[in-house]
Amino acid sequence: MLTQIVTFLIFFAVIGCILYGRRLIKTEKVDAVFGNPERALGGTHWVIVGSSFLLLIWLYYSWDIAKGFYPKSANELCQVGKVNDSLLGLKYQFPIEEREFKSTSQIKKENKNLEKLSNEIKNSKEFNNEQKTILVSFIDKTNQLIPLLTNEDLLENETREKIDDITGKINLLTENFQKPDYPFETEQELNERLKAVNEEGGWGITKIDAGSGSIENTLEVPLVPATDRGLKFHAAAQELNLISEEFFKLRNHNPEFKNKIKEIKDEIKAYRNDLTESEEIASTYAKNIVKIARRIEFASIYPPNALDKMQNAIIKFDNAQLDAQGGLRLIDTFLFPAGTIIASGPSCSEQGSGRWLPKPSDTFNKFVLMSKPSVGYKDIPLLWIKMVDISTWIGFILPDWIADILPGEYPVHTKDGTVKQNLKGAVLKVVTGDFKLFKVPVPYGHIWDSFLRVFLGLVFGIIIGVPLGLFMGLNRFAKGFFDPLIELYRPVPPLAWAPLIISVLGIDNTGKVFLLFMVSLSIMIISARAGASGTQLSKIHAAHSLGASKKQILRYVIFPNSLPEILTGIRVAVGMCWGTLVAAEFLAGTTGIGFVENVAKKYFQYEVIWITIFIMGMLGLLFDVTLRKIIDKTIPWRGKG
Amino acid sequence: MSDLVSQNLNMIFKTPKGETVHALKDLNFTLKRGELLTVLGPSGCGKTTLLNITAGFIRPTSGTITLNDKEIDGPGVERGMVFQQGALFEWLTVAENVNFGLRMKKKDPIETQKKVDEWLEIVGLKGFGNTPTYQLSGGMQQRVALARCLINDPDLILMDEPLGALDALTREKMQSLVLKIWKETGKTIILITHSVEEALLLGERLYVMAPRPGRIHKEYNLPFASMGLKQDLREIKKDKDFSAKREEILEMIWNMEEEIMGKEN
Repeated sequence: MLTQIVTFLIFFAVIGCILYGRRLIKTEKVDAVFGNPERALGGTHWVIVGSSFLLLIWLYYSWDIAKGFYPKSANELCQVGKVNDSLLGLKYQFPIEEREFKSTSQIKKENKNLEKLSNEIKNSKEFNNEQKTILVSFIDKTNQLIPLLTNEDLLENETREKIDDITGKINLLTENFQKPDYPFETEQELNERLKAVNEEGGWGITKIDAGSGSIENTLEVPLVPATDRGLKFHAAAQELNLISEEFFKLRNHNPEFKNKIKEIKDEIKAYRNDLTESEEIASTYAKNIVKIARRIEFASIYPPNALDKMQNAIIKFDNAQLDAQGGLRLIDTFLFPAGTIIASGPSCSEQGSGRWLPKPSDTFNKFVLMSKPSVGYKDIPLLWIKMVDISTWIGFILPDWIADILPGEYPVHTKDGTVKQNLKGAVLKVVTGDFKLFKVPVPYGHIWDSFLRVFLGLVFGIIIGVPLGLFMGLNRFAKGFFDPLIELYRPVPPLAWAPLIISVLGIDNTGKVFLLFMVSLSIMIISARAGASGTQLSKIHAAHSLGASKKQILRYVIFPNSLPEILTGIRVAVGMCWGTLVAAEFLAGTTGIGFVENVAKKYFQYEVIWITIFIMGMLGLLFDVTLRKIIDKTIPWRGKG
Repeated sequence: MSDLVSQNLNMIFKTPKGETVHALKDLNFTLKRGELLTVLGPSGCGKTTLLNITAGFIRPTSGTITLNDKEIDGPGVERGMVFQQGALFEWLTVAENVNFGLRMKKKDPIETQKKVDEWLEIVGLKGFGNTPTYQLSGGMQQRVALARCLINDPDLILMDEPLGALDALTREKMQSLVLKIWKETGKTIILITHSVEEALLLGERLYVMAPRPGRIHKEYNLPFASMGLKQDLREIKKDKDFSAKREEILEMIWNMEEEIMGKEN
């Protein structure tokens, strides 16, 4: 419903904005100065046209329009896919979609293989003439197998009858298929099918009210035929499966062939048994000849015209099923661009653009689903709050040795199996946080974890980098001492450090925060240094002669004067940290947005990948906008001095 | 007793190439309390060096300079400085710039505020206290710089081409302001300038300096500053005596420049 409305809205937006823009261009024709800033100011309508076009293309290429307007089309195409899948084996026997008969291509292939083997044997220096003669005779005999299969006179009556039987079955299916009430479903069957359809649900991710459970198991395309047309194809596919099975069980083996192949196999077996270990190569060649003989035995090779009737029957059925598809073929062509629904084995799946460019509605629904704290991703919500007792932090902050240095011993269990608490034990409980105070809400989840890592890395970088940078900007010794240290690690791309740091400091927060600290530290040092050393001498002189001490000059002149550089540095550092973090989370970890994307990649969950891309973009934008606001507020004089 | 006395002041710089530049050579002068000295000269004659030494930003190579019998060995509040570009702190408002010195000395905020208002009124910036300095025009910025310097009540005011970057009209107004402040406060002022007219108009005394080595070439005692307190500055410029002095000094500086060019060629 929503998709339909959105589609129409976007469509009208494009047309309306183009019309409006045309009108505007006409009125402004007088003022056709290239690059007139006044003209560049407006043009919201062109922005709408551009973005709407992109959205429309997205909706279209991700098949959401098909889902909105023809929600059952995927299910029906799935049934058609089943028919195609069943028909595939039979069709390949004939030059329907291929260029030649399967038999022809098979014979060509095996002849080529035999010739190649024969040449190899003749030119080989490993064999003496006697051996060569024997091996080549095997090849000749194998070669003589083929005419035994392709001779129409040798075709047995029994085989002929069976072929006619299969052909009859196909023709009957075609006839039935064209009847409107095929497959003659009873009331009870209908009810059962509709119930199954209901249970299976619709196309795409529709079950957004799912209370809990993992989102990985959502069904892509419903399998059970939901419509009468779909049912027709479903039933035909099942029948075709049986027919095709029957055909491939059929062997065109007449008595002459059977005798001949048995003879070849026996001869080669005897030959191979007589060979000594040093003649392994001859044995291998003989084995390869048997392999070809077996392939010829099990390939469905028939005389040239033996299957003509069957071919006609299959073509007739194929045409009938194409006719029965009707409007579905139009939908398939126009609303499933660059792809379709493919049935293979027990499932139907979207193939082509719709796979990697998932339906906007699916993506949105999955996002809604993932946002639920009970669902989340890998049992962790994206962003939620949990109640944490203050005692946990107290236990974290207080060192445990406080209890150790108290006089006395920790309580020991008594004879009757109880433990009596004493002062030392009680203090231990406090310093390890093993008590209850009151709970406060604390955010957690993938988004929060990523945010916190960037935030902590950045804060540590600022706390250490800014004073150090200012110091280096003012003091030659500090510059000389610290500069080489920083230049030792800074030129290395931060991600190059990641494997080392993660394996030393662990895959959890410590390693990542330290990595981001390294990233932000060098940026903050460089920017603070530039800010400090860029302070105009006259300002420092002025402050001096106004009676400011050195400390006061640092605090009230050099620091505020460096603020523009420092804040620009923070902005750069946020971007760098964000990029590094996502990549670091790809490498290792159990939480974070990068982790989510990495896992989604492994399972081809394209919706989740797009959601993570979206979240990362939004967070990055949020960081930047916030920083820009802060910069505008704190240093309004920038560029105006 | 509150004189500025310079004895055998020498300043020698070493360039990174190893050449020595004699910026000031054997400078001897005495400036009495309440005098207004203007210093004029071609570029490179050591005017700014002299000012920087007086302010205490740099130490002379040899010789001494004393203010009130105390040797100058570093920047101090008793010597206020006004820079060419104002050197205002653009992250502070006008009032915060003006009270910077008092704030650094942690003076009583209420009293400070009173003083700031007084000084803003004197320099003609009443009601601009909360304006950010980057929104001010060049002339207004120099007024702030002047107020910021004067609020500290220095004995000596050093001005390094304070009006150099201003347009002609603003400049004239500021010249009157400098004279007015000089009269009302009775401060000793050293003003460095590139403009001969300005030097003649404002200077009670005028030093024309010559370069290589930097030295005082000629000294004038002028009546125009006292005249300027009562009279319109534009009228003084029409004075015959004024024009004659202006031509004389212009030619003097012109010749010095010619000489430098000749030396270089």
